[in-house]
Amino acid sequence: MPTPIISVDHVSFAYEEEAREAVRDVSLQLPRGSFHAILGQNGSGKSTLAKLINGLYLPTKGTVTVCGMDTADDRNTWEIRRRAGMVFQNPDNQLVATVVEEDVAFGLENIGVPTAEMPARIEKALRDVGMLEYAQRAPHTLSGGQKQRVAIAGVLAMQPEAIIFDESTAMLDPRGRKEVMEAVKQLNREQGITVLWITHFMEEAVHCDRVHIMHDGQIVLSGTPRDVFADPEQIRKYRLDAPPMARLAVQLREAGMPIRDGVLTAEEMTKEVLRLCR
Amino acid sequence: MALNDITLGQYYPADSAVHRMDPRVKILLLIALIVAIFLAGNLLAFVPVVALLLAASALSHVPIRMMLKGVKPLRFILVLTFVLNVFFLQGETVLVDLGFAMIKTESLITAVHYTLRLVFLVLASSLLTLTTPPIVLTDGLERLLSPLRVVHFPAHEMAMMMSIALRFIPTLLEEADKIMKAQTARGADFESGNLIQRAKAMVPLLVPLFVSAFRRAGDLAMAMEARCYHGGEGRTRLRVLKCGQRDYIACVVMALVIAAILLLNRVC
Repeated sequence: MPTPIISVDHVSFAYEEEAREAVRDVSLQLPRGSFHAILGQNGSGKSTLAKLINGLYLPTKGTVTVCGMDTADDRNTWEIRRRAGMVFQNPDNQLVATVVEEDVAFGLENIGVPTAEMPARIEKALRDVGMLEYAQRAPHTLSGGQKQRVAIAGVLAMQPEAIIFDESTAMLDPRGRKEVMEAVKQLNREQGITVLWITHFMEEAVHCDRVHIMHDGQIVLSGTPRDVFADPEQIRKYRLDAPPMARLAVQLREAGMPIRDGVLTAEEMTKEVLRLCR
Repeated sequence: MALNDITLGQYYPADSAVHRMDPRVKILLLIALIVAIFLAGNLLAFVPVVALLLAASALSHVPIRMMLKGVKPLRFILVLTFVLNVFFLQGETVLVDLGFAMIKTESLITAVHYTLRLVFLVLASSLLTLTTPPIVLTDGLERLLSPLRVVHFPAHEMAMMMSIALRFIPTLLEEADKIMKAQTARGADFESGNLIQRAKAMVPLLVPLFVSAFRRAGDLAMAMEARCYHGGEGRTRLRVLKCGQRDYIACVVMALVIAAILLLNRVC
């Protein structure tokens, strides 16, 4: 088996001022090019886990390695952060520059990319997220979804292997969420960028390779979306709601319609109902 | 209250030779021009200064009217300077005798001279801020001050602070507007009462704004670290400032203006 891009090995973490561990004995492996989601309610430790991966926090127990580099070794810090980029929740609080193009350049300037190389990398990154025509705009004139796509471009320009999205759609309207989600899926599909998608929106996890459910600092359930969402009752234990279509499937089954297992999206549900009506 | 329609600084967008000049050269030339204005020992010596300001205005497509806007807030200081100098300076020739005071020719000339000096100082500096976006200005200042790093002057950090401030002004204004509306909806009154009452009414606006600004600062610091920010060391730049032909020409023009002033000082 090839070495995973991100490997979290029995990691625990406690904030200095707190006795309780925010993350407890978590293990996780992301193979190259995979798309994993972490679901959990507020305070489940999912954001803390995200910040452990690129060395913003260092584990109190266990090890995190990115592309074979240990995050605890501070010689690796900058290379790890370049290879595993991160997009945060609040679109306003992660853009640094007053012009979109210069914000995308920020990371490149930090890692010392020669000036001559920058314009091409910026252009490609902005084109990949569909924001090229906004290169000269000021961030505050953009919508939430557009700002998040600029943030993604900023990470992308640094040519990362993986991107961690820490609830990057939580503050967006439905349209913005869709925009960002589509851009990320495309990056994963076309450029093979490994994605770790942290969210509390169940429906965003439906198309992932694997879903991990976090509760009280631990990963309590892992599997393909179909397996994880098959039993909405079990998920409710962790105070999460299965995607609407999975719940509808259960209700229809109880009402006597033989809906097949693994229906997660509206399209799948439509097909299934049409199949039964025929 | 329309908090959204603010312009940052007083930048007047246009595509001109003056706008395209290297900000470092513009800053240095402004300093030279300020020195030149102080060097001018008589009214005639202001002629080259006026000529330069007019030429720069024409060349930069910035209307004189825009430049004069900067003088308006200073009108009281200008009037005060003029009046004080007219009445309190010593002179020989009596021009007008008002009974309680006398206006003398020499003091009148000096008063005009000092007042115009102030006007030209303001015009010269607005020429810089009108033709240079704040962020470019910051960039220019950073490069100019960077040699001071040897004495541990934090030139990069200051510039970074300035540019973050510029980036967040619209964001915070938007937020202040939102909080204000929310507080108004709950019965807060920001508009009536005397000065002290109005200042007190600002507290429920400022407290949430400050709390949120600190939260934003924490978030931003983390986002910057995640993007490999580790200070000014080893940083490359997207924008490289380069002096071009127009910058050299501007320097020569400035040298000529100073020479003309010195000459006119001698002649009169």
